[in-house]
Amino acid sequence: MTNSFEDFPKAKMFFIIGSNTTEAHPVAATFLKQAVQDGAQMIVVDPRYSGIAEHAQMHVPIKVGSDVAFINGLMHVLISEELYDKDYVQSCTVGFDSLKEKVLEWPPERAAEVAGVPAETIVAVARKLASVKPAMLIYTLGITEHTCGVNNVLSCANLQMLLGNVGFECGGVNPLRGQNNVQGACDMGALPNVYPGYQKVIDEAARKKFEEAWGAELSPNNGLMMPAMMDGLVDGTVKAFYVFGENLANTEPDIRHVEHCLESAEFMVCNDIFPTETTRFADVILPATAWSEDDGTFTNSERRVSRVRKAVEAPGVSKPNWWVFKEIAKRMGHDWEANSGQEIWDNEISVLAPQMVGIKFERIENDGLQWPVPDLDHPGTPYLHKEGCFTCGLGNFTPVEWTPPAEVPDEEYPLVLSTGRRLYHYHTRTQTGRCAGLNDLLGEETADISLADAAKLGISDGERVKVSSRRGEVEVRARVTKQVQEGMVWMAFHFREGCANWLTNPVYDPVSQTAEYKACSVKVEKLA
Amino acid sequence: MSQIKINGREVPFEPGQTILEAAKAAGITIPTLCHLPQTQASGVCRVCVVEVAGSDRLLPSCETPAAEGMEVKTDSPRVREARKGILEMLLASGQHNCLVMDLPPEKWTSFQIETMSRPWHDQICPAHGDCRLQDLAVEYGVTVAAQEPPSGEFPLDDEHPMIVRDFSRCIQCGRCVAACNEVQVNRAIPAPWGPRKDQDPDQGWYPLVDYDNCTHCGECVQACPVGALFEKKAYGLAYANDVEKVRTTCPYCGVGCQLWLHVKDGKIVKVTGVENGSPNKGRLCVKGRFGYDFIFSDERLTTPLIKQADGSFAEASWDEALDLVANRFMEIKQKHGPDALAGVSCARSINEDSYQMQKLFRAVIGTNNIDHCART
Repeated sequence: MTNSFEDFPKAKMFFIIGSNTTEAHPVAATFLKQAVQDGAQMIVVDPRYSGIAEHAQMHVPIKVGSDVAFINGLMHVLISEELYDKDYVQSCTVGFDSLKEKVLEWPPERAAEVAGVPAETIVAVARKLASVKPAMLIYTLGITEHTCGVNNVLSCANLQMLLGNVGFECGGVNPLRGQNNVQGACDMGALPNVYPGYQKVIDEAARKKFEEAWGAELSPNNGLMMPAMMDGLVDGTVKAFYVFGENLANTEPDIRHVEHCLESAEFMVCNDIFPTETTRFADVILPATAWSEDDGTFTNSERRVSRVRKAVEAPGVSKPNWWVFKEIAKRMGHDWEANSGQEIWDNEISVLAPQMVGIKFERIENDGLQWPVPDLDHPGTPYLHKEGCFTCGLGNFTPVEWTPPAEVPDEEYPLVLSTGRRLYHYHTRTQTGRCAGLNDLLGEETADISLADAAKLGISDGERVKVSSRRGEVEVRARVTKQVQEGMVWMAFHFREGCANWLTNPVYDPVSQTAEYKACSVKVEKLA
Repeated sequence: MSQIKINGREVPFEPGQTILEAAKAAGITIPTLCHLPQTQASGVCRVCVVEVAGSDRLLPSCETPAAEGMEVKTDSPRVREARKGILEMLLASGQHNCLVMDLPPEKWTSFQIETMSRPWHDQICPAHGDCRLQDLAVEYGVTVAAQEPPSGEFPLDDEHPMIVRDFSRCIQCGRCVAACNEVQVNRAIPAPWGPRKDQDPDQGWYPLVDYDNCTHCGECVQACPVGALFEKKAYGLAYANDVEKVRTTCPYCGVGCQLWLHVKDGKIVKVTGVENGSPNKGRLCVKGRFGYDFIFSDERLTTPLIKQADGSFAEASWDEALDLVANRFMEIKQKHGPDALAGVSCARSINEDSYQMQKLFRAVIGTNNIDHCART
């Protein structure tokens, strides 16, 4: 997030796109709902009439995968009606002319056709958005989990820069990160192209810095992203696979394909706290300490590094993951000094990652600090690109063209399946499935379908149905709901049986390699 | 800046502030029961009454705006007497058997037997040691000796998996209503201050839940100042004074809510939100509040496991398992080069773990083949 959760109660306008906030980020949603209750405006753009949409003054049910067209349509209105922030565009950005050229190809009528909402709605949304400054744009995986995910994100940035909303309190482009420490795992360099603190592995100076710090020669080449690793397992270029705390066999698209990949590993190691569908494929399983059994830090969506504390002892001989990696390194000839979460953070991470220099454990005993924190007296950074002064100099407009999802409905598979998370469980339920009460609140997967499709197919609420795609099929109960629009099916991936990932399409954004979990084609059949 | 005088002391206030807020900012404590920060004052409990010069009546400080030159007494004998009366009434309105020893012996036994025979009353009240009513009763020397202990039926809602609503201890303060409607904005507890068609007026207007809107977040439980609302999972496990509270960060979504883990004998018995902590300001959701006990599951991995020729897993020592991993890694690296190894880190675990894993791949194995689920 460029901005902070603290902005939510103060903001006057929210533009929320592709975010199931009340279920995926429930506490963040409370601040949004409260702001609306206190008079803020909210526009929710989502194919589903989600929980957060119920609180919005405007819900715009665009078609799955039409985000770029819709936003180009909005920008068309902003530019042609001269509603955009000309001063901001002139002084803080570059590339306006090429953006203008592109979006002028997208009059509201054309955008309306792709997005499946009236052109007047697009005009109304654009005018409403431009009427309140600043506005906060909030998105989640509804934007990123497409083959055009990167273009979707660029569209969000284009829109907010055009409105002059980046660099101010209560503005910005705000992705709500999915998992508790997905921001942190990125910050730590668990990515194939950057070291901790986003220092590029192909940059010689950065490489030298880390070679010196770690006393080792480092590879100058970008590594493989996860989908390429999985393919490498099958074609034999990747022999050994180390999976730490991920249940890939349920979370990745097209489970049959994923399991084939995992099966192909010559040697596979897992660190985990439970046996999972993924650890079945391991040659060695190492038992790890869990949350509340070890000391360290998580970094949340707003870049806040907060303490995580040990409160209880781990079972059996389980060990901290950092210790496991240290012990393997030792056996491979490398002695690492740091011997606790605090020593790793204070002596290595906050020394090597420039954003973290001012963060030490003693400074985050209570509330955490939001990076960048360049020195020990710095109070942290609640919002980035202050006053439109972008970290990179000027804000770059990148015109983008709309592309449809890789798989679109046809006669055989006439419905669009979109996937997401539900309130009462988290991911593959390795954790929430073992918490008393949560299975009582949600005990099985459902296929959420519209009233119109239910009537067409003769399916009533709660009836068992078969949902199939080109990759697989599941049998689940139908949940007939006004949340879902006609032509759409919505499912989650919490339960192995009925997991949406038996159906999802393993196609990826060409840049980010994010899978298209939000769109594939399925059919729904009533079970006799 | 405008000033009021509280207990003879000049205290500044901002226009729009109530007497309670001005006092609080100046470090002067006024007791409250129904007041819930971040919400509109309901002003129903009257425990926060103060004496204001020029007013015949005592005024509730939570909804009386501070005004220039106002003279306020927060702890005068008259105020204390009034509060005592209110507390006596509240205690007598429910089955608050924590103060039962005050009763004369002939009433004590029957009241205690009757109370303990009710569901969820076989243990001491779940709020014991962390109850605003109990604290104030002790502070104000309230006794129930002269009271007729309440009898009769109270609504009880314990059919849902997480929360018990035991209205025999409800003081009708309305904090659960405010927490649900104004803080979480779930609108699942309609205000009971008026006839509701789904409630029997003979049973009193207790704040019952509309489960179509309830998200089981437990904000109402956290807001309850007494033992009327409590967590089923924590029932009878520990009381406020025998737990250690450990602050940590929630393990679920990317909001990073701050939690208090209530720990007793090496077990987490309850989780509450850190009031005023950033970013959640005390708020939690159903997973943050109730999703802690997976760590105590019998299914935890407790020892290293090595796959055997027949596909089964055999228990191993750390040395055996780590030697095997390191040797196989070195073998594969030697034979196929470092890029034949790849790793996926964990977006659930701590930063320090991800740092160590990427360091292992980069500095020891010699490849940048390290990723995690950020992209999927």
